[in-house]
Amino acid sequence: MELHHSKHHAAYVANLNKAISSPTSANTQSLIHFNGGGHINHSIFWNNLTPASSPEAAKSAAPTLMQAIEKKFGSFEDFQAKFGAMLLGIQGSGWGWLVLKQGAELDIVTTRDQDIITDGATALIGVDMWEHAYYLQYLNGKAAYVENIWNIINWKYAETRLKGDVQGEFKELKAML
Amino acid sequence: MSVATSARSMLVRASRASSIRSLGSLTAVRSKYTLPDLPYDYGALEPHISGQIMEVHYTKHHQTYVNGINDAQEKFAAASTPAEKVALTSLIKFHGGGHVNHSLFWENLSPANKDGGDPPSGALATAINDSWGSLDNFKGKMNTALAGIQGSGWGWLVKDNTTGKLSIITMPNQDPVNTTQFTPLVGIDAWEHAYYLQYKNVKADYFKAIWNVINWKTAEKRFS
Repeated sequence: MELHHSKHHAAYVANLNKAISSPTSANTQSLIHFNGGGHINHSIFWNNLTPASSPEAAKSAAPTLMQAIEKKFGSFEDFQAKFGAMLLGIQGSGWGWLVLKQGAELDIVTTRDQDIITDGATALIGVDMWEHAYYLQYLNGKAAYVENIWNIINWKYAETRLKGDVQGEFKELKAML
Repeated sequence: MSVATSARSMLVRASRASSIRSLGSLTAVRSKYTLPDLPYDYGALEPHISGQIMEVHYTKHHQTYVNGINDAQEKFAAASTPAEKVALTSLIKFHGGGHVNHSLFWENLSPANKDGGDPPSGALATAINDSWGSLDNFKGKMNTALAGIQGSGWGWLVKDNTTGKLSIITMPNQDPVNTTQFTPLVGIDAWEHAYYLQYKNVKADYFKAIWNVINWKTAEKRFS
């Protein structure tokens, strides 16, 4: 957590600011896209997590979302299994997301590298599948990382995002990506 | 055709089909991919690449690519429709690419007290000087390319098969070098698993250190 936040996320922020303030190199747009995406994705991710003992980690903190999950995936366990399989199927660096698509339907999708959720969809829960997110603790055992992260998901935050209280976040930055 | 004749010819066809099938399975067994032997011990590249990194990288990551390509190949052989086969191509490219890339990579390395780090000589040295002025300048350019990879991937020194010219390219994830166009000479793994246990987020230090264990003799062989 310390390295991930104080080094990796900090590097995305520093490199984003650098690319914006001196947009001279031929690949400035690519640098803004990559580092801006890294900043947005990690900002959502930290809020997606909470200590396992906190009330926000209980699924009961997200009654509306739970209902929507059951409606879309049949059961919470089916959703978990499907999401887990998708996370483990990522070929390279990337993220897995539970999103609310336009039209108010849930879906699970993956994005590569630091690409963000777009097309009017709202990211509810993001899971970082870059190796730096788990390697020091789990080495190549990413299945255990995926299994354990369920214990620290902030369901209350996901419920808030579902209810649309996050429209407009990073609006200016997203427009630059 | 009488019923008996027709039944006999069906039997013949069936037995021919079954012998073709068993030949097919023999071929499948023979073409199973396996981990290549490492030409040095896990700890032999220290302090530049730790023994723990080498062991996990070789016995876990590379092994997973080997298992993945074998599994995908088996499913591909068993798939009965083109659509099923097409659906498997991404897995074949990823795991097959992972196997190809790592197999080339292990041969690119050698302990610093053996061939590791000894500069190239002969035609390859000349070609590097022609393209970049000096070996150090080339290393700097290659390290910049490696540091610029956005996500997982590889950096390669390659020779163009048509012009013979050297260049530096990067490939995302486990995409292998297009060997119709290029001959890969030196590959450097820029996936986080290649350095994270030792270098953490400071990947620039890994890219600097790895030149101490690059086996230029392998690159010379591939070049010629």
